[in-house]
Amino acid sequence: MEIGKTLGLKLGKATRVAFGETLRDLGGEDPALVVVDADLNNSTRTDIFAKAHPGRFFNVGIAESNMVGVAAGLASAGKRPWCASFATFVMSNAYDQLRMSVAFPRCNVKVVGSHSGISIGEDGPSQMGIEDVALACCLPGFLVVVPCDEVSTIRATRALHAHAGPAYLRTGRANAPVIYGEDTPWELGKATCLRSGTDLTLVANGLLLGAALEAAAILEQEGVSTRVLDLHTLKPLDTASLAAAARETGRIVVIEEHLAHGGLGSTVAMAVAASHPVPMRFVNLGDQFAESGTPGQLLEKYGMTYPAILRAARELL
Amino acid sequence: MYEEGRYLTPEPQTPNPETVPVQSVLELQETARLLRKHIILSTTAAGSGHPSSSFSCTEILCALYFGGILRYDPTNPTWPDRDRFILSKGHACPAQYAAMAVAGYFPEEELLTLRKLGSRLEGHPNLQRLPGIEASTGSLGQGLSLGLGMALAARLDGADWKTWVVLGDGELDEGQVWEAALAAAKYGVSNLIAIVDANTAQQTGYTKDVLDTEPKADKWRSFGWETHEVDGHDLEALLSVLKCAGSAEHRPQAIIARTLKGKGVSFVEREYGYHGKPLTEEETRRALEELGWK
Ligand SMILES: Cc1ncc(C[n+]2csc(CCOP(=O)(O)OP(=O)(O)O)c2C)c(N)n1
Ligand SMILES: [Mg+2]
Repeated sequence: MEIGKTLGLKLGKATRVAFGETLRDLGGEDPALVVVDADLNNSTRTDIFAKAHPGRFFNVGIAESNMVGVAAGLASAGKRPWCASFATFVMSNAYDQLRMSVAFPRCNVKVVGSHSGISIGEDGPSQMGIEDVALACCLPGFLVVVPCDEVSTIRATRALHAHAGPAYLRTGRANAPVIYGEDTPWELGKATCLRSGTDLTLVANGLLLGAALEAAAILEQEGVSTRVLDLHTLKPLDTASLAAAARETGRIVVIEEHLAHGGLGSTVAMAVAASHPVPMRFVNLGDQFAESGTPGQLLEKYGMTYPAILRAARELL
Repeated sequence: MYEEGRYLTPEPQTPNPETVPVQSVLELQETARLLRKHIILSTTAAGSGHPSSSFSCTEILCALYFGGILRYDPTNPTWPDRDRFILSKGHACPAQYAAMAVAGYFPEEELLTLRKLGSRLEGHPNLQRLPGIEASTGSLGQGLSLGLGMALAARLDGADWKTWVVLGDGELDEGQVWEAALAAAKYGVSNLIAIVDANTAQQTGYTKDVLDTEPKADKWRSFGWETHEVDGHDLEALLSVLKCAGSAEHRPQAIIARTLKGKGVSFVEREYGYHGKPLTEEETRRALEELGWK
């Protein structure tokens, strides 16, 4: 099942490509921007930057911990580094370095994890970033952003580069359904309301925003006025929009391409519990690894397409 | 296992009969040709995968599985006295799956389920799914530590099985490989053998450009390993080195196998740009023809 198909959403660039292109452009504007990669530049798409600015690009080989440490060193000497690998390799393999060399000293390092989620498909569980958001959220002081398409990735990359401090940006492998137009507002730390509604709120980000919009359209036909929030920024969290959604719609479903623990669902639940508790449901991978398969087959089998969202929503109605 | 207040160790089993006949060099060459066919057909059918990384270690796996080197029984994958084999460069699993199918772990037709939903043959080896896989790999750099643990366990049990680990040359960039190498030398595990598939390339370029780990033999030697270099596509030479492996006194052994990424298919050979790419239908036809398969 292809995300966004029932709405006829156009497939745009993959977020990793939009990121690479933005990095290249930013490199032209900021001579202190440097990039470190670990033998995945043609996958994370920092190769687009490398081609334009070869002197400011470092490929340290398949060595993620070293990559993060080198980026931290560059930052401490006044550079503005970005480093990138697959989401699971940079987060899981270099976590102590992210904690000790980046988060603790509040080092200005931007970390990018590509190939997030199970929608990478055939490569299988070892390559899937399914825990990266939780790990990133557990790094004190990190900003954490999950964009969904080309326009929002450009905005996110630019906003994070302008921020002086550590941050994590999650990108995806596959071409992403177009959700943002050139003039859809996007603000760091502020949820984007993609659809207004009064009976139910769907909170999502990344690839699954498309699925949330599909579910919302069907619910609307059934007379359920459904709000859809793009909660692209997990840190800092837009608690005001979440409190308003809880108060005004009384029901919330949180949808993410991630394990159940520690990601968007936990983050939103904590904010809602602290402001205006309402019944909630959670659509995610649960507590398991996926397997090899096509992206569409996997999203369907592991319950991250619009029918799964509808099931969760109906439990609340 | 824990039962009635005490921990149990499994009963020793009688050694299994030889179920896989040892092949001659000529037969091995023919088997390598068959493995390459399976690698091509399975990755083409999957529409993804790493054929070029699989081609470079085809002779290595062929010698291990069919040259009388690895001790195993495909009808009893959990035989306690089996050798342990770890494909640390897990993305080359199409080569291992092919060898396992030909050895009789599962039917050769199952190779065409590679990477498909529900298949036991995932994109990277998964020991939870496929009997005969000893380690779930795919995050590079971890296999040698697992191998060291297995080698230490064999020594604790007074068992004579060996542990074999195949690593990529790009994989040697990972610090964990060298942490394991140091510890293996410290504990003098002569039952641990590392084989480096030195195919000269990694994902984004030639290893000499991305991160040069030469001189490899000197490095392993200085880390305390008995080290050999061999042409990793010459089955006779491979066999003679592999036959002596595991017999060094108090030292782990490293075999630097000089190979080529994409070996056996002219237009893939040496081309790092083919990393992680299956062949197109037209390329598949040409490749099979080059290998003498109609
Ligand atoms: C920890 C980790 N980082 C990155 C990758 C992505 N990756 C898969 S294969 C590969 C290149 C491997 O090169 P090498 O070890 O030389 O193996 P070859 O393909 O040449 O056989 C990379 C970087 C990975 N699988 N694991
Ligand atoms: Mg290599």
